[in-house]
Formats: sequence, structure tokens, C-alpha cells
Amino acid sequence: MSIHAPEANWFKPPSGAERTWIGLALAWCLVLSIMMPYWHFKGKQNSTGDSYRVTPAAFAARVEQFVKTNKVAEINGVPVVEPSPGGDAYLQGQMWRWYPALKLRVNQTYRLHISSTDLQHGFSLQPMNMNFQVLPGYDHVLTITPTMKGEYSIVCNEFCGIGHHLMTGKIIVE
Amino acid sequence: MANAVAIPASHEESEVITKPVGNHAAGNSRTCDTTGLPVCLTAQLFIRLNAVLGVVALLAGGIAALLIALTRWPAVHLLDPVWYYRLTTFHGLNMLIFWILFMEVGILYFASTTLLNSRLFSKGMAWASFVMMVAGAVLVDVTILGGKADVMMTSYVPLKAHSNFYLGIILVAVGTLIGVANFFGTLYIAKRDKTYAGSVPLVVFGATAAAIIAVVTLLHGALVMIPTWLWSMDILKEVDAGWYRLVWWGLGHQSQQVNVCAMVSVWYFLATLTTGAKPLNQAVCRGAFVLYILFINLASAHHLLVDPGVGASWKIWNTSYAMYLAVLASMIHGFTVPASVETAMRKKGHNRGLFGWLAAAPWKNPGFSAFFLSLLIFGFIGGITGVTLGTQQINILAHNTLRIPGHFHSTVVGGTSLAFMGLAYYVVPLIFKREYYARGLARVQPYLFAVGIVLMSLGMSFAGSYGVPRRHWDIEFTGAQFAPGFGSGAHVMLGLMGVGAVIAFVGLLTFILLTVAAVFFGKKIENRAMTPW
Repeated sequence: MSIHAPEANWFKPPSGAERTWIGLALAWCLVLSIMMPYWHFKGKQNSTGDSYRVTPAAFAARVEQFVKTNKVAEINGVPVVEPSPGGDAYLQGQMWRWYPALKLRVNQTYRLHISSTDLQHGFSLQPMNMNFQVLPGYDHVLTITPTMKGEYSIVCNEFCGIGHHLMTGKIIVE
Repeated sequence: MANAVAIPASHEESEVITKPVGNHAAGNSRTCDTTGLPVCLTAQLFIRLNAVLGVVALLAGGIAALLIALTRWPAVHLLDPVWYYRLTTFHGLNMLIFWILFMEVGILYFASTTLLNSRLFSKGMAWASFVMMVAGAVLVDVTILGGKADVMMTSYVPLKAHSNFYLGIILVAVGTLIGVANFFGTLYIAKRDKTYAGSVPLVVFGATAAAIIAVVTLLHGALVMIPTWLWSMDILKEVDAGWYRLVWWGLGHQSQQVNVCAMVSVWYFLATLTTGAKPLNQAVCRGAFVLYILFINLASAHHLLVDPGVGASWKIWNTSYAMYLAVLASMIHGFTVPASVETAMRKKGHNRGLFGWLAAAPWKNPGFSAFFLSLLIFGFIGGITGVTLGTQQINILAHNTLRIPGHFHSTVVGGTSLAFMGLAYYVVPLIFKREYYARGLARVQPYLFAVGIVLMSLGMSFAGSYGVPRRHWDIEFTGAQFAPGFGSGAHVMLGLMGVGAVIAFVGLLTFILLTVAAVFFGKKIENRAMTPW
């Protein structure tokens, strides 16, 4: 009985159906445990957490330099910046915008540096639905290769104050 | 059955042992007329106080829940952004922290006194714990509603709230810790005074597991909240955002494992009260609780799977190795609890077919239906979504989308809260000694709440699969520089979530009204057993 003291010799190994169930469950848990590292190496999309310390001011300066050097157009007053294929791209999260808009080439690989100059933000690429955490003080580097042309939106999905739902950005793949 | 609950008055296992004597002071205990169990009157007072405060928090959080759900339902979009974010913060703290912690401290007092035939270790500590928890909870709620802490439950730095918000949380945490210490003190004096013979009952063992995890959890809470509190008063210059997340989730996720342990203990308890169930193998059930204690901390890492600052090997290590041993523990309880009910029902002669025992189960008893529905929702929706979201690659798709609250509403609401509601249908007659009114309505209530929560969780989960963010006021992005928008599928799912939330709220309100009516105006139960459900 669960609410009374058990009999004195309660310690006995599992038997019967219970034993079978524990065996099956344990086997399944082992499969899952092995799949985790296996799929990290075999699968193509991982969050490696590649990141570097950076002060918000230093990151903002890098973003400004990146915009100045690589700006190709403007939409809705936001600069559109095209990094060189294989090169570094920068994206700054701040209350409440993703800056700047990026123009990438299909099947080219980029190192995308994302950081925040104020609060924590959530980089959420739609409609692909890929999500990464963005923290002030951390330069979060995603190695990305766009495989489909089109226009993608960036949403913020970490609460960052009253204008949080207005925080959006854009990535154009050509 | 003439007796209200299905426990044999003297039970076979302890007959061989000379009956131990309790350590109650004269006049400070009573024998329950229904179960024959001893009740420490000091513990009874604090179980009552904690349960009342828990239900008050549940009502406050529940009203906020309805309002924010009706805002997330795009067709309704009820609140303005300020109040949406404010009440989301308010909802999280009242539901996930206050309602559950008050109930859990009550459960710890109950398990260590009544089930061990002991007095409560210290009345002074119980008062200190209760007063600190109430003061902390009031301080937090007043600060939030006053507009000084729109930071969500997680309060991720450098988003800053008024220092009273952190102080309130620290008070609640320390108060809880004192309550947990009182529980351990009671375990100690019960052992010392030999108020029970042999090992502690399974429910006490589960409660002890919950208490041990609670200590580890609350230490993480202190480690992260005290510097943050100092930072909010400009005494500390900075709290690192990555460090905060790492330590905060040592609090945030582990506290959910306290809930799991408490909930599973309540399952065993209600299974015994409602069907006379008895664990098949004590070693297996207890071993599963030990697995929770040893391995559950690793699940905290799930919250950081798409974070910078923690590398690939950290992520691989924490998503694989022993994390699944905690999953194994849930798989074991998910088998042993229904198996014990099946065995008990078959013993009573319900042997028709494979599931005849289940069909014959006391489905009209809200204590049983709440417990069994809790088990189903927690296991099939909560557990499966949880393990899925803890996968590194799937986490990229799910992080901070509505899939996350879709998951934890099926664990902590459909699981823990529903189990606690089932518990209340026995706590009120046995501890408050009052009968429920409108018993027909009480029999329906767990089903109503369960259906609502399932619809809501599924709506959230599927909307999240379309990328809909959590904690977000406007997925139409009106006035934003770029307006991504979400398709009709996402809108349908948010509608499903809204409908589910309304049904769940009706179920919640029914529970609260019935319970409040019973506690304050219910027919007194004196010198007789409770009317069986």
C-alpha cells in the first residue's frame, strides 16, 4: 500500500511484465542517448554554439563598418547589405529591430554574426522556422548556407519590452 | 463499499509488527474517521493555510490565463500590449510558482505527519515559512500589477524589474526552503521517536525525493536571484546574460521536477484512496524516484540548446548521456501506477477482457478521474513533447515558439495541477472536514478541465510548429518595419488554443467555486466518515 510502510523485505528485483517493460524502456532510452551524438555528426543542421565575447559597443561598431562597406540598397529605410560570398555577415538585434537587412547568394556559405546591443532577443527565421538565442555580450556565429531563393523574415521571439512584437527583419536570398 | 475509501482498516503487511505509537502531544492529534489515519492538528492547520493560499494564487493566475489566451487568439485579441505582457508575467509566477509551491509545502507536511504518525517538527518554522511565502507572493504580485516588473517569469537579464520583484521571489524561495526543512525535521523526529516501523511508505519516499530536488532547485534560485536583486539596486554592476540563463534554468527546470515527483506521489496516493491500489514492486517505484533525484538536473540544459556561450560538446553531452535515465523513471511510473490500479481492480473481480478493469474503474470519483487523466495527459502529451523538444536539432525548430508552452501546459497543468485538483477532492473532506456541494458538477469538473487543457496544448503546439512565437502580442505585426505574418493554419491552431483555454478556464472556475463553497460553507464532517465519492 502506497500510504503504509511496506513489508520488511520489500527489496526485490522486478519480475514479469514489469521487468519486460523496464527492459524495453531502458533499451529505447539507450537508443535515444546514442542518437544524440550520432545525429550531431551525421545530421546537417546543428546549433554548435560557436560564439565569442564581444562588448555591445564593439559589436555595434562592427555592424556599422559592415553596413558602410557592403550596402547595396535600402528598403523601408533599412539598409540592405550584401556580404561577400564565403565572408562574414553581421546582424544586430536591438529594441526593436533587426539591423540591417541582408542579401545573400543561394548555395554560398556565410558566417553570420548575431548579437544584441541591449536586451536578450530571439532570432527566429520565418517561414523556415529556425530559432536561435541572441545575448548581449556574446557574438553568436551561425555558419549558414541558404539553399532556396526567396525573401525571409526575422521575428524576435524573446520578450524584449513593450515593442517586442514590432521587432522584425529581413533576409533576401538571390 | 461502505467505507468511503478503499483502504482496509488494518492492513496485512503491518500486522506482524507491533503497532508503533505516535509522538503527538496530548490533544494535538485526531484519528481520521474515514481512513483511520492519525492527523497532527498543527500540520492540519498549515495544510489548510497552504491549500487556501494555493487556491487564491490559482484563481489569480487563472483569470490572467483567460485574458492572455483571449489576446493570443487573433480573432479576439483582447488586451493591449502593456497588459498582455504584464499579465503573462503575472500568470507565470502565480501558476508555476505560487499555486504549486503552496500546495507542495502542504503535501510535504501531510506526508511527513499523517503517513508517519508523527507530529510536525516545528510550529514556529511552519509560521515563518508561511508568512515569508505569503509576503513574497504579495510583494511580487503588487510589483507586477503596479507595472514595475514587466519581465516575464524568467526575468532574463539585462531586462530589469524593480528590486521588490526579486526580493519577493527570494522571500518565497526562502519560505519554501524553511517548509522543506520542517519536512526533513519531521522525518527526523518520526524516525527518532519510532512512530513507524520499517521503511517509510512509498508516498513519503516520493515526497522526500521532491524535497531533495527542491533543496537543489532553491539553492540555484538563491545563487541567481541574489546577485540579480543586488544588480537591480545598482549594487552589482552587471549580471552576465549567459550565466544567468545557465543558473536560472537550474531553478526553472528543476522546480518542474519537484512538481513531477509531487505529482507522481499524488498519483500513488489517489490510486490507493480511490481503488485500493498497491504498488507491485516497491523497489521499482522507489528506484524510479531515485533516478529523478540523480539525473533530472540535466534536463535544465534543454533551455540552452540554441544558446551561444555553451559549445557543441556541452550540448551533445547534456542531451544524451544520463538524461534518458530520468525519462526512464517516468516510463516506469507510467507503467507501475496503472498496473497497480489494474491489479487492485482485478482482485475485486473486474476481469472481463484486457481492459475490463479500466472500464470498471471509479470514473465518477473526481479523485480518480483527475488522477488518471493527469497520468494520461502528462505521459502521452507532456512526456512525448518534452523528450522531442529536448533533441538538439528539433530544438532549433521549437525554441521560444508556442510549442514550448504547448509542452509545459500539458505537463504542469494537465499533469500536476489536475492531479492536485484530484487531491483537493479528498483534502477538503479529510483535512478541512467539509463535504462538497453539487457533487454531480464535481464529477464532471476533471473531464472539463482535461479536455480544455488538451485542446489548448495541442493548439499551442501546432501553432508553434508553424513558427508562432511565445510571449508575443501581435502575430499580424501591425506597424512593424517588415510584416512576416503567419498563414491560416497557424490562425486555426491559435483559435483551437483559445477555445481550449476558455473550456479549461470554465473547468478551473468550477473547481475553485466548488472548493471554496465546500471549505467555507460545506456540511461539517464530525465523528463520521466522509460521504464516498
